[in-house]
Amino acid sequence: MKMKKILIVDDEPNIVMTLEYAFKKKDFEVYIARDGGEAMHILETSIPDVVLLDIMMPNVDGYQTLEHIKKNDALKNTKVVFLTAKNKISDIEKGLKLGADKYLTKPFSIKKIVSEILGLLN
Amino acid sequence: MSNYLLVIIIFCYLAVLFYIAFIAEKNAKSKWVNNPYIYTLSLAVYCSAWTYYGSIGTAANSGVDFLPIYLGPAIAVPLWIILLRKIIRISKQHKISSIADFISLRYGNNRFLGALITVLCITATVPYISLQLKAVADTFAIMTNEPHPIGLGMFDDSTFYIALILAIFATFFGTQATDASEKHKGIVTTVAFESLLKLTFFLIIGVYVTYYLFDGTEDIYNKISAEANFDSLNKLPTLESGFNWFFMLMLSFTAIFLLPRQFQISVLENSREKHLKKAIWMFPLYLLLFNIFVIFIAWAGKLTFGENANAEYYTLLLPLNSGHTFLALLVFLGGFSAVISMVVVSTLALSKMISNNLIIPYGFLDKFIKAKPEENALYIKNIRRISIFTVIILAYFFYNNFSIELSLYSIGLISFVIVAQLAPSFFIGLFWNRGSSLGSILGIILGFAISTYTLILPFTIEAFTGGSEFTDLGLFGIAALKPYALFGIDFLSPPAHAFFWSLSANILCYLTISVAFKGHYRERNYAEMFVDSKNYSSLQDNALVWKGEAYVADIKNVLTKFLGEARTQRALLLFFKKYHIPSDTQMADARLINFSEKLLTGSIGGASAKILIAGVVKEQEISLTEVLKILEESKETISSNKALQEKSIELTDLTGKLKEANEELIVKDKQKDEFLDTVAHELKTPITGIRAASELLMDENDDMPPEIRQTFLKNIVSDSDRLSRLINNILDFEKLSTGRQQLNLKKHNIQKTLKKAIGNIQHIAAKKEIKIVNLNSFNFELPYDEDRILQVLTNLLSNSLKFCEPEKGVITLDYKLGNNCIEVYVKDNGKGIPDEDINYIFDKFYQSKNQNTIKPQGSGLGLAISKQIIEKHNGRIWLEKGVKVGSTFGFKLPFN
Repeated sequence: MKMKKILIVDDEPNIVMTLEYAFKKKDFEVYIARDGGEAMHILETSIPDVVLLDIMMPNVDGYQTLEHIKKNDALKNTKVVFLTAKNKISDIEKGLKLGADKYLTKPFSIKKIVSEILGLLN
Repeated sequence: MSNYLLVIIIFCYLAVLFYIAFIAEKNAKSKWVNNPYIYTLSLAVYCSAWTYYGSIGTAANSGVDFLPIYLGPAIAVPLWIILLRKIIRISKQHKISSIADFISLRYGNNRFLGALITVLCITATVPYISLQLKAVADTFAIMTNEPHPIGLGMFDDSTFYIALILAIFATFFGTQATDASEKHKGIVTTVAFESLLKLTFFLIIGVYVTYYLFDGTEDIYNKISAEANFDSLNKLPTLESGFNWFFMLMLSFTAIFLLPRQFQISVLENSREKHLKKAIWMFPLYLLLFNIFVIFIAWAGKLTFGENANAEYYTLLLPLNSGHTFLALLVFLGGFSAVISMVVVSTLALSKMISNNLIIPYGFLDKFIKAKPEENALYIKNIRRISIFTVIILAYFFYNNFSIELSLYSIGLISFVIVAQLAPSFFIGLFWNRGSSLGSILGIILGFAISTYTLILPFTIEAFTGGSEFTDLGLFGIAALKPYALFGIDFLSPPAHAFFWSLSANILCYLTISVAFKGHYRERNYAEMFVDSKNYSSLQDNALVWKGEAYVADIKNVLTKFLGEARTQRALLLFFKKYHIPSDTQMADARLINFSEKLLTGSIGGASAKILIAGVVKEQEISLTEVLKILEESKETISSNKALQEKSIELTDLTGKLKEANEELIVKDKQKDEFLDTVAHELKTPITGIRAASELLMDENDDMPPEIRQTFLKNIVSDSDRLSRLINNILDFEKLSTGRQQLNLKKHNIQKTLKKAIGNIQHIAAKKEIKIVNLNSFNFELPYDEDRILQVLTNLLSNSLKFCEPEKGVITLDYKLGNNCIEVYVKDNGKGIPDEDINYIFDKFYQSKNQNTIKPQGSGLGLAISKQIIEKHNGRIWLEKGVKVGSTFGFKLPFN
């Protein structure tokens, strides 16, 4: 079976570290970006199965990154999951409206995140 | 020119006028008849034969003294916009048909006052009309070159026939409608046409004399200034002549409002108020054009004829002298036009006064009440027709008896002085509600008596006795009673003198009597209506106080007598509809009484209307207490209205303030929401890190590589630190911004504090090999809270550390003394802050994009807290703009 690819986009290194560790354990190929700009750069060369996307980041934020992904035809099969501290209902609605496949909030349970992502991919 | 030819020409000209009047009456609604130009030109009925011929006579004999008669109106005209508009509105509302109606209505529809004014106007106008006849007769004689024999039997006198023709013309077009407040389009249009003709012909003769007979104005001036008495004629050398000028200006100022013919044209024939706007500049222009050549024609005549001709007729004599008969004929027709318009309009105005204010209220009413409606209309018209003829015949007799001795100019002035007696009642009454009918009547009688004594009596006595003892010695030989020099005032010309004394006495009498005796309540009611300028545009039928009993049927009967069945029915129907009154109502109320009076006023004048209506109603005298009560009530309504208005303004203000406060609250609320959001977000981030790492450590204790476990544990510690720092900062910030944080102000040495700040941060700087330099080593003491200022300094220094590159970075600290304060600077050579961030850098949770660390370690509150601290010290913190390398923060602290 081919390895699943995941792109984690977050500006908090401590959080990224835990996610990286957890997904690697589940045999994911993990890419990491510290903001939207880096994410777009990575997406030029690789097509992940899922992007785990923070919203509040310096320079290019999560919304802009999602819009960029939606515009790119090559990425049409890539799932996008928001993972953010913004947990107001209006924020969630906005995220889903923009076309995110899931909206998960911080603080999170690693187990839950992993199972949600696996569920999404199967 | 032959007698008969001239008569034929006159008849042809009159036929043209009849035709114009006829066409205009037929097309009374057309814009050719209703426009501001016709209105303005018809106003020039002011320029009668007196202007046309007389002013040249004055110019020749007394120099520039002819001017005030035209300057007065020119000064008055701008006032029309306020004054005349008000008069026109009131007149339209009340179907006023003459100046006598207007003034008597103001003083409670006083019958005697109306009659008095009518008599006064007849006295003023008859000599004036005779003056016109004299001009026609004189010029007719000059044109036919036959000396005019005055004193012939009147049937042998051509002037008499001319007078008759004028009377027929005036009768034909002036008495078509019974309602005297109706407009006379035919007459107005012919007057406008004649005004155009007389101006054109006068200008033609002016140009002819000045540029054809002479070599332009300069030529005439040069020649005349060589004459002996030139200087004395054409200057205003003394204070006395200044007074003369002043009074003559005042005199003509009042005349333009009060002359019956001016009132007729400017007020009653005004079809649209907006025509006034054009008239206020065109009418003075007309007068100016009329006066351009006067002085030159006068001088030219003097140069040509010396003292051997009547200067008043230079305009005719000059062309005749050079054989230009046709030109002279034009001049004659121009003068004739001036005469016709003046006579026709004046007699029209007078006939209405005589019928409505004199004859009907004093004798014909009973007859009317008994007669049938058609007969009544005929009676009224006949009274007016007879009046017109009577006035003209009277003028003819005056002309035949007096005008040989008098010049055109002096007769004109007599009219002006007499008519000026109406001025106090008219002008003051419009703006002063206290002016009473008694004051008005006595003032007018006194003024009239004085002007008779000082102006009319002297020449009348001279004309009959041939002696001048009265003039020279005074009454019974008393010098103080000399008619031309009353109480020793001998420097004024007779008209100015008469004007001064009569009007002074008139005004004084009017004012004192009005103040001393209050008028009847009904009179005060009318006064209020005239004076209250806010109400005159919306005068209602119920504006008058009235109390009594009357049957609708009775009133209807009276109305039918004068208006006919059909008109009465229609008018009452409209009235009932307007006030939503059932048409079978039995008892009439105040509104119907006032409405009916107004309806009748047009036909028979205000005074008669009042008497007629009073005959069928049982009016009860309203007691003083009742009037007071009514006034009190309306006053209360007004004042409570005012109070309400004030309250509502206050409320609007309050609502505005509330709205503002509310908006502020909404903004604050939003800010608070945003703040809480951001705080939550900032708190969640380290917690997320801690939770995720802990979870992993817990689950995978066994197979997790030890170095990863170590990293996670370290992360948990740093996230915890971050969390507690954040909480401290938030608490600090809240304390500072809500004012709960008190400053611990003590004198400290700024140098020591700077060193402490450097000490706090030195280990981090050393790790990154960044240099911190303190430039100023002087000691300086001032009061501040050292812990807080240290917080600010540490904040700024650690910010700089974040922006500086390791190994190359240099941070410079400096301070200097400013104006009553100390200024501290923290400068670095790091990446600097982008311009777009400068305005937001001190906002809470704002983090610049240019930071060097991967993730900003601050809480986003550092600068916001620093700003709060410095502002609490009454200082200021800022980021220097336009710095090329790195960034420079500065703050200043005041000494006290």
